[in-house]
Amino acid sequence: MMHAADQAGRGTPPGGPRLTPRRDNPRGGEEQRKTVLEPDEIRRALTRIAHEILERTNGAADVVLLGIPTRGVPLAQRLAERLEQVEGRPVPAGSLDITMYRDDLRLRPARALGHTEVPTAGIDGRIVVLVDDVLYSGRTVRAALDALGELGRPRAVQLAVLIDRGHRELPIRADYVGKNLPTSQREMVRVLLTEVDGEDAVLLGASPAGREGS
Amino acid sequence: MNRHLISAGDLSLDDALLILNTADELDVVAERPVKKLPTLRGRTVVNLFYEDSTRTRISFEAAAKRLSADVINFSAKGSSVAKGESLKDTALTLEAMGADAVVIRHGASGAPHRLAGWVRGSVVNAGDGTHEHPTQALLDAFTMRRRLGRLDGLRVVIVGDVLHSRVARSNVLLLSTLGADVALVAPPTLLPVAVGGWPCSVGYDLDAALPKADVVMMLRVQQERMNAAYFPTVREYSRRYGLDADRMALLPEHGIVMHPGPMNRGVEIAAEVADSVRSTIVEQVANGVSVRMAVLYLLLGGSGAR
Repeated sequence: MMHAADQAGRGTPPGGPRLTPRRDNPRGGEEQRKTVLEPDEIRRALTRIAHEILERTNGAADVVLLGIPTRGVPLAQRLAERLEQVEGRPVPAGSLDITMYRDDLRLRPARALGHTEVPTAGIDGRIVVLVDDVLYSGRTVRAALDALGELGRPRAVQLAVLIDRGHRELPIRADYVGKNLPTSQREMVRVLLTEVDGEDAVLLGASPAGREGS
Repeated sequence: MNRHLISAGDLSLDDALLILNTADELDVVAERPVKKLPTLRGRTVVNLFYEDSTRTRISFEAAAKRLSADVINFSAKGSSVAKGESLKDTALTLEAMGADAVVIRHGASGAPHRLAGWVRGSVVNAGDGTHEHPTQALLDAFTMRRRLGRLDGLRVVIVGDVLHSRVARSNVLLLSTLGADVALVAPPTLLPVAVGGWPCSVGYDLDAALPKADVVMMLRVQQERMNAAYFPTVREYSRRYGLDADRMALLPEHGIVMHPGPMNRGVEIAAEVADSVRSTIVEQVANGVSVRMAVLYLLLGGSGAR
């Protein structure tokens, strides 16, 4: 069970975690937030994950990357670019919306759906790497596994996340982790990505709404 | 969104776009090997049809089943309604059976509105008298957006029996919300008295309206609802307001031809027009399932609290 993911994120980033509170949008919120990953650290984490994927999948020959909306999608694209840079051939990347498979649909008003786009090659017989920004309860990943089952039968399914913040509620683990971030359940982890938010950062702050954060 | 879908006029621009965008995402389910989503598992949808209908009932049934809801079909013929049960008593029966949504078609305008006051679940209007048919308008708008890429500023001409058409009213309300420019073309006898208050223009000359139209929507001549002579002969109606190949040639190159069905071939639409590549009639049916899935999901998929 334990492998590369375990070493990932060990040790503090150079200069240690910054404690400067940020109040500018889109970081928003009145509560204090500290930056736990800077743009360079996100870039290095993704590069390392890309290399781990290549090692564990024999050069990513049969790999299909599927990002979970919203922020898993640009992360999957970035990983695909890195895999192509190293191996010199394109690796298909797409998106997998899991809204219709969530187990908490009845707890909130109906939400807008994200976009699902499976690369034309399909997923049958391939190694699907699910990509998400934060791994927390594991419920999103469970929903993603259900959604995948309706799309085809991959040879294997792996999971890559930028942040693993712990507090799993299901027997799910990540194969590739950008950073293990020990958190309290009252804290909120926010991943900001240039494609969606205009900047790259991972923020940790107190969440007024308790478990609302991802 | 409201808890019910009674009138296309109740939808804000955001609501309407949310439904269309959701339908866009759900449309791909139809192409998958497993055409099913688990979202409405354990929910019950009742199709309560007081009027004959094939495509609308089947479309709602397929939509609910693709979302894994349980579907109960109730048609007035051969049921307790034939024995004289009132709408209210039927509604209370459905309520007792735990219906989460009631899809109702009724010959009386306003029946879904009354029903919404009697049941706890969501009410979806699947056509009430000559009043409204909001999901038809949504699937029409969805089809236009698919074919032409936009709705804002689109010029839509709706032709024919507007007086008896719930499709026309719902389309005028929805399309004006979505920013389209709607024109009605009909003989004066087939226009409602209050049409002056609708958010659209009105004309009587089809040939003059066609060259500028992005979409021409032909309405069915509803002879079963006609209790008076609204036009001299079917032949004369067809000559002035029917769409034949020569008239279709007046449309701009990208113009499309729509019809809510069922068609009277040779009356409001010529067979060669109905079967042409410009006609979206078969697409409209396929899109109907996706749009109704979106409506059912948005009404039933969440907590119900807004």
